[in-house]
Amino acid sequence: MAKKTIMLGNEAIARGAFEAGVKLSSAYPGTPSTEISEYLAKYDEVYTEWAPNEKVAAEVAIGASVSGVRSLACMKHVGLNVASDPLYTFSYTGVGGGSVFVVADDPGLASSQNEQDTRMIARASHVPVLEPSDSQEAKDFVKYGYELSEAYDTPVILRTTTKLAHSQSAVELCDRVEVADKEYARNVQKYVMMPASAIGRHLVVEDREKRMAEDAADFPVNKMEINDKKIGFITCGIAYQYVKEVCPNASVLKFGLVNPISKKLVEDFVSQVETVYVFEELEPVIEEQVRAWGFAVKGKELFTRQGEYSANMLRRVLFGADEAVFEKQEAPARPPILCPGCPHRSVFSVLNKLKIHASGDIGCYTLGAVAPLGVIDTTICMGASISALHGMEKARGKEFIKNWVAVIGDSTFLHTGINSLINMVYNKATGTVMILDNRTTGMTGHQEHAATGKTLKGEETYAINLADLCRAVGVPNVIEISSFDVKGLEKVITESVNGDTLTVIIAKAPCVLLKGQKFPNVCAVNPDACKKCGACMKIGCPAMTRGEDGKVKIDATMCNGCGLCKNYCKFNAIETLER
Amino acid sequence: MTKNIMIVGVGGQGTLLTSRIIGKAAMEMGFDVKISEVHGMAQRGGSVVTFVRFGEAVNEPVVEEGQADVIIAFERLEALRYAHFLKKDGVLVVNDCRIDPMTVVIGAKQYPENIIEGLKKEHAVYAIDGQKIALDLGNSKVLNSVVLGYAAGFIGFDKDVWLQTVSSTVPAKTIEINQKAFACGYDAEH
Repeated sequence: MAKKTIMLGNEAIARGAFEAGVKLSSAYPGTPSTEISEYLAKYDEVYTEWAPNEKVAAEVAIGASVSGVRSLACMKHVGLNVASDPLYTFSYTGVGGGSVFVVADDPGLASSQNEQDTRMIARASHVPVLEPSDSQEAKDFVKYGYELSEAYDTPVILRTTTKLAHSQSAVELCDRVEVADKEYARNVQKYVMMPASAIGRHLVVEDREKRMAEDAADFPVNKMEINDKKIGFITCGIAYQYVKEVCPNASVLKFGLVNPISKKLVEDFVSQVETVYVFEELEPVIEEQVRAWGFAVKGKELFTRQGEYSANMLRRVLFGADEAVFEKQEAPARPPILCPGCPHRSVFSVLNKLKIHASGDIGCYTLGAVAPLGVIDTTICMGASISALHGMEKARGKEFIKNWVAVIGDSTFLHTGINSLINMVYNKATGTVMILDNRTTGMTGHQEHAATGKTLKGEETYAINLADLCRAVGVPNVIEISSFDVKGLEKVITESVNGDTLTVIIAKAPCVLLKGQKFPNVCAVNPDACKKCGACMKIGCPAMTRGEDGKVKIDATMCNGCGLCKNYCKFNAIETLER
Repeated sequence: MTKNIMIVGVGGQGTLLTSRIIGKAAMEMGFDVKISEVHGMAQRGGSVVTFVRFGEAVNEPVVEEGQADVIIAFERLEALRYAHFLKKDGVLVVNDCRIDPMTVVIGAKQYPENIIEGLKKEHAVYAIDGQKIALDLGNSKVLNSVVLGYAAGFIGFDKDVWLQTVSSTVPAKTIEINQKAFACGYDAEH
């Protein structure tokens, strides 16, 4: 019997790619897709890398495919927006070696800025989509994806969702199958997408999708279970598990290939089952297709487009009640926060004090939007902090941004922030951009990037110097400063926002969660000196609380000894001690 | 019959590791297992919840309201927040500690008083000061092994299965102290 082991959905995807003989993978970290690359990097047989962004990652995978090997690119849903330019045309060229893009959707927004449904982009770009519903299927569907990719000459998307990516279940392991590299042959009609050849490929794409939709009735990833003929569900992905949980005897048509779907299977299913529900998270992608074919089904009029589904949610719709026994109790919310000792807190405390607005970006520092720091005014997408600030200046004049900065992390800056900075230089901007350089891709769990000096595989490499990079594109004023130099930050930020010179301030200090750091110190409040004024509490450090006497206490197990609080105590009541 | 376990706490308390140990132990016992984890932004000091379900065949990876056989809460307020996930006769194991959420730190909300006493009116509640035991053992980081040991009896499996699973999951250097911590919790008065 094959070896069974318990695996995270993302680990199973990596295993599937390994077993399928994939030779190259490129990705940019993004919850909930990040761990795929980290697991895949452990296999010596596969070249894996972090790319600066998803467009680059996709194009690297395309190049590998054209050259004749099986390739993989991984990203989160919003990453596919960045990579959609190559995707749409990769759909036209088709593949050399098989190519799979893993795209992780985040219904419920565990760690994202929107809830978009990748299947919509797949429909628009005419790329087939496989969607697994547990770790075993995640592994199997990746392998099947390569078969489909090569058989139909198309890139294939494997769509996952947060629940699938971040839950563990049993997986049977198989050996890797080495796939011979395809012979490379120049083929201008297929790979050079100038109008004359692209117009022909568009027909190929249309024909391919039709063929696949017809053949899909026999694909093993689609499953029809006819049980109770009174009630049936058309479903896919993790939603299938909720159906099985609530209605184990219902009939189910489970699509593994969710784009294109098989009309024959729908026809067959609907003709046998009395009441059919379409149960799919996010957008009514399957439902609209099924309705367009004229079949009567129930769907989004009952089930929301929003958030994650659950078994109780299905119970409430079907039976009018769920399984809850007890009332939910009132409890103060506990939103995510910046860690004790986080360098972002230090920078934000200064911005807060100076009453400066920040055009924000994607990363842990988005948490600077909430109380008590409350300095981030906008968060749109990767890189937007810099370009949005530029837009404000050009729309409202340079006086308007005299109390504004853009804040962006080091990894995000290299992702797409650099383009926006080039735009500022080129178009004579005067704003202040702060790069919060914590030496890692923090929020996704500490991945290397082009300025850390390490590759995904942990090898040493050239570390891009961010200050040199900014100077090289023409930024006239580049300042490097410690994120914990509160007085220095106050000075340079004040000068910079009031001046008329485009300035990049690189605030540097490593993320406190980065491994290998020592925290020899801890801060403590001298209760005799504490006047209960609460000034130190305004930095929002979770290690600090008020005791019953109203005086501030610092939890020694949580404190990392950064000393930021000391800057805000007028009475010198906080001291740094050796741990 | 599927057994439903929830582990709730504050990001950074080691709830993820605890759920992995429970899942691994259940797997050792030959059960079908699903574990649902929390990654990403939610981990940053926020309220976190992970799930372990095991039985003959498990479908959904999460435990929902009214289904938890055992909730292991690493913090009082989190016990309060998720207690309604318990079954009628479910058991609530609480690490008796208080971590103020930012809403309380900045004075926007009050930390509720007498949480454990209140919960005891409706549920079977078992509380332990895991932090004190961990510190007495000389390492605050073994808190989760203490609390897991305290809860283990409500989940099932032999003590040996637990100890083996703890040993094969924690870093090699910390096996001995984690085993001790587990035993302290396991043997503590319930």
